[in-house]
Amino acid sequence: MSMSNSTAAASGAPATARRPAKTMSRRRRQVQNALVAYSFIAPNFLGFAVFTLGPILFAFVLAFMHWDGSNAITFAGLDNFWRLFEDKAFIAAFWNTIIYTAVSVPATLACALGLAVLLNQKIFGRDFFRTAMFFPYVASLVAVAVVWNMIFNPEMGPVNMILYTLGLDPKDMPGWAADRHWAMVTVILFGIWKSMGYYMVIYLAGLQGINSELYEAADLDGANSWQKFLYVTVPQLGPTTFFVTVMLTIQSFKVFDQIYMITQGGPGTSTLVLVYHIYNEAFISWDLGYSSMIALVLFFLVLAVTVVQFRRQKED
Amino acid sequence: MKIAGYRVKPKTIAVYLTVIVITAVMLMPFAWMLSASLKLSRDVFVFPIEWIPSEPRWQNYVDIWTKIPLALFIYNTSKLTIIVTVLQLLTSSFAAYAFAKLDFPYKNTLFLGYIATIAMPWQVYMVPQFLLMREFGLNNTHLALICLQAFTAFGVFLMRQFYMSIPTELCEAARIDGMNEYQIWAKIMLPLSKPALSTLTIFTFVTTWNDFLGPMIYLTKTELKTIQIGLRMFISQYSAEYGLIMAASVVALIPVLIVFLSLQRFFVEGVASSGIKG
Repeated sequence: MSMSNSTAAASGAPATARRPAKTMSRRRRQVQNALVAYSFIAPNFLGFAVFTLGPILFAFVLAFMHWDGSNAITFAGLDNFWRLFEDKAFIAAFWNTIIYTAVSVPATLACALGLAVLLNQKIFGRDFFRTAMFFPYVASLVAVAVVWNMIFNPEMGPVNMILYTLGLDPKDMPGWAADRHWAMVTVILFGIWKSMGYYMVIYLAGLQGINSELYEAADLDGANSWQKFLYVTVPQLGPTTFFVTVMLTIQSFKVFDQIYMITQGGPGTSTLVLVYHIYNEAFISWDLGYSSMIALVLFFLVLAVTVVQFRRQKED
Repeated sequence: MKIAGYRVKPKTIAVYLTVIVITAVMLMPFAWMLSASLKLSRDVFVFPIEWIPSEPRWQNYVDIWTKIPLALFIYNTSKLTIIVTVLQLLTSSFAAYAFAKLDFPYKNTLFLGYIATIAMPWQVYMVPQFLLMREFGLNNTHLALICLQAFTAFGVFLMRQFYMSIPTELCEAARIDGMNEYQIWAKIMLPLSKPALSTLTIFTFVTTWNDFLGPMIYLTKTELKTIQIGLRMFISQYSAEYGLIMAASVVALIPVLIVFLSLQRFFVEGVASSGIKG
């Protein structure tokens, strides 16, 4: 930042010497300024408008159409909408998405908060530990998902081997990704492991913002560590927790990659989620209108969360 | 805190034990991957786990390059990642400068376009976007992936937030000095925004490198595939070749590991700042 100061100081002197040319009319100058501004925005905005805004608008139209991608588009009215209620796979995907979110959001949040508090202390090698926790978040999902499948392999994987040596009967052994009752648990565990480091970093930043006088006051009142955590840390982190909850919820609503790689939505429809269903309907069945209708459901789920966030921000 | 010469409290021991155990669990999959990548497939699942193979099979790391066109996949991914990252940095910081420091008609309306879509999952419009690209004849090209990843609301938003924190007087002083807006952007704003640029670089790099669903939808020709879908193809073709799969996975992880370790300070700062402000 020292550079910026010197630039400002140096340019202060000739400020009075040069004045904008008076020959150019005010209006012309305004137009010229606007053109310069638009030239800055254009490269990004054109790309953004064509490849993001356009498709978003198109999605809303497509949801009320029938189209297989090659024959003519026909108007479908509310057909696609009513179909949602009869589509067992959609209903399963909807509830699985809700279950995934309802479990993984609080679990990830709790883990991230715990890690942040733990690694906010002055301990030797703190940076190494933080880096280690964060690494799963940036690691390639395909690579770690295949490891996950091997580690949780029901017959040969080390997790079940350890359970076996601990004395668990092979008949009661969880089948993980291959087991209707455990498949969701497997992908949720994976999600927590992969993303908790990211939210830990956000919590660490939140912890830095807490006034240390609050802890000193609590010390004077004779509070123990747990009481300080409960009555100082948690309330002070309120805004951070709220933000993390919103982010996590949106992330969970759009979960796909890890499910595609670990369970393929199965067994049966036990881990089928909304984005998976969108993908299947669009790129397997080529039922583009219907897949866009499912996408709108996802959109309204995310919108609901965003509206809650806005309301809350206004209150603060 | 020094250990030598000080009494160690039981609480300290408990903290260290907890941290070490959690770290071990977090890193266990990576250790397993590395260990299995040096084994014969039939030895991968031997229990108890032999963490350091007695006879490391380096041959796995030789074989993967011939079993699948791994080098080509890495080249494709690097090409895409570099182009997307450069385009993203240039166009985002360019647009962000106008949004943060210039006045012009419809500024707020245009910016609202970005804001409104920032929380919109890509999955909501991936199908119409694919249809549009197909209409342009861009399916099975790398250009499609570049177009869909290079112009994001996130990039513009992040850069704008940073530019807002740079005093406007600085730009005014430069204007009086006779610099035009492009010079101010290039000579003053860009050098000052290194932290934000680093954050955006890492985010874009990691997202593009690790992207899976995008390449899976757009790229069906083997010679165009990225490392992620190439690896996935390898896994489904040679599902029992555990040692080889693990070796290929290690190779796929290395570039991200290097970028992450060398820029991690910016990464952590970036997550923290964009997280809190976002």
